Amino acid sequence: MLELIDVEAHYGNIRALKGVNISLSEGEIVTLIGANGAGKTTTLMAVSGIVPASAGEILFMGKPIHELTPDRIASLGISQVPEGRHIFQRMSVMENLHMGAFTRRDRKEIKRDLEYVFELFPVLTERRHQQGGTLSGGEQQMLAISRALMARPKLLLLDEPSLGLAPKIVKQIFEIIRKINREHNTTVFIVEQNANLALQTADRGYVMENGSVVLSDECSKLISNDKVREAYLGI
Amino acid sequence: MGKRGRNLHRDIILKFNFDSVRFMEYFFELLLGGLTRGSIYALIALGYTMVYGIIELINFAHGEIYMIGAFTALIVASLLTIYGFHGVSILILASVAAVIYSSAYGFTIEKIAYKPLRRAPRLSPLISAIGMSIFLQNYVRLAQTSDFLPFPSLIPEFGFMRDYEHIFSSAELVIFIAAALIMAMLTFLVKLTRMGMAMRASAQDRKMAMLSGVDVDRVISVTFITGSALAAVGGVLIASHIGQINFSIGFIAGIKAFTAAVLGGIGSIPGAVLGGFFLGWAESFATGYVSSDYEDVFAFALLVLILIFKPEGLIGRSKANKV
Repeated sequence: MLELIDVEAHYGNIRALKGVNISLSEGEIVTLIGANGAGKTTTLMAVSGIVPASAGEILFMGKPIHELTPDRIASLGISQVPEGRHIFQRMSVMENLHMGAFTRRDRKEIKRDLEYVFELFPVLTERRHQQGGTLSGGEQQMLAISRALMARPKLLLLDEPSLGLAPKIVKQIFEIIRKINREHNTTVFIVEQNANLALQTADRGYVMENGSVVLSDECSKLISNDKVREAYLGI
Repeated sequence: MGKRGRNLHRDIILKFNFDSVRFMEYFFELLLGGLTRGSIYALIALGYTMVYGIIELINFAHGEIYMIGAFTALIVASLLTIYGFHGVSILILASVAAVIYSSAYGFTIEKIAYKPLRRAPRLSPLISAIGMSIFLQNYVRLAQTSDFLPFPSLIPEFGFMRDYEHIFSSAELVIFIAAALIMAMLTFLVKLTRMGMAMRASAQDRKMAMLSGVDVDRVISVTFITGSALAAVGGVLIASHIGQINFSIGFIAGIKAFTAAVLGGIGSIPGAVLGGFFLGWAESFATGYVSSDYEDVFAFALLVLILIFKPEGLIGRSKANKV
């Protein structure tokens, strides 16, 4: 469904991605783990078109997307929850959710999806008229995920969903990610520093170092891989 | 309104002695004059603030858009007069022409002077904006003339305003109502439409707006077009009220409106409106009670004071909040 072939990306003169190869099949949960500055976020930003790929190809459902603008890529069904959540601070929770459905015109279905996300995260129902900026960190993460779901994505990109959240809320959020994947067959691509949690949630994983993928396997095998255990799980 | 107003007027005369009536009349004259002035400042300030809100650029060529609006209206009005049109129909057609022409300029300026510099350091588009402003002033000076041109008074005098004309003229009434209507329309656009939501999203978090499927380039273009249209209407109204224009009217009006935008808190739409009225009143009362020689001094002294003591403006957000 998503295929990155020898993708490179630059920030000025710095080569942040040095030929990345990743592929996701429909309905999978795939994780990308690695240390700070390995190029995980850049990989997601290249898929979304925010950081243009300077070489290589990105295919979504068989079609090249690496030359499209971010808004076109979003309208194909790729939703991203960026690192730091990026809630529209001075918009209400409702408006934030409507921004998620920005590319859609089917009002009735949008309404149904609103009910669906309020069911997933009941706390947002109470906060619905509150400004996004007044929500707590956990609530903002829930809102960010809900907003991404409002686009009815075929592919959901999550960047560090656990960052800065209490363990209990992290657990809840990962359960919901699995639930979304199960119920809607949404393909999920998670970038995480919390490797333990990510490897337990996902089906397959990629390990990234210095702008390249150095290892990829089923998560169950990665968890028992000595190198991964030492470098990312701290065991 | 007419009769009751006149009775009220008589009551006031009976109750107060002549001096206090004169005093009150003068006060109201200044108050309403400031309101008119302020609504024009607000119309132009909105263009500055909307553009700043989305791309964090002070569009110094914005005053020139206003000036071009006034010139377009003058040319169209002259043509229409030759073809035998009258009063209000000329005003409306000339305004429409000014709006279209100025919007086209605003759109084009963004595409050629700012868009190529979007990833450049912030000083670059600012310098480009100043260059654009100088270019447009001189273009109009060469294409038209450097003399002041008489501008026909397109706004009719209403019969029912006759008794109040010395305090509040028909032209001022029209300016105020037109400005209020346009601001109401803008509020509707920004608060309740899809494009308005895209504008607010792009202003708050451009990257996230793009990830949500907003075509930010298009939003920026629409912002420039909207701001230019507002400035054009301001240009037509004030030119018709004052009665003469030349190539440099955009400069001082632009700087005043910029002051208004900063006063209210740049980037904030209600702030621009509030700042416009605030500046209008400050100028009106200062010239009325002190001296008209110091009109500009008051305006810019106010700007300096605001920048020193409340740089985020009357209702602006502090920078720390933006992160």
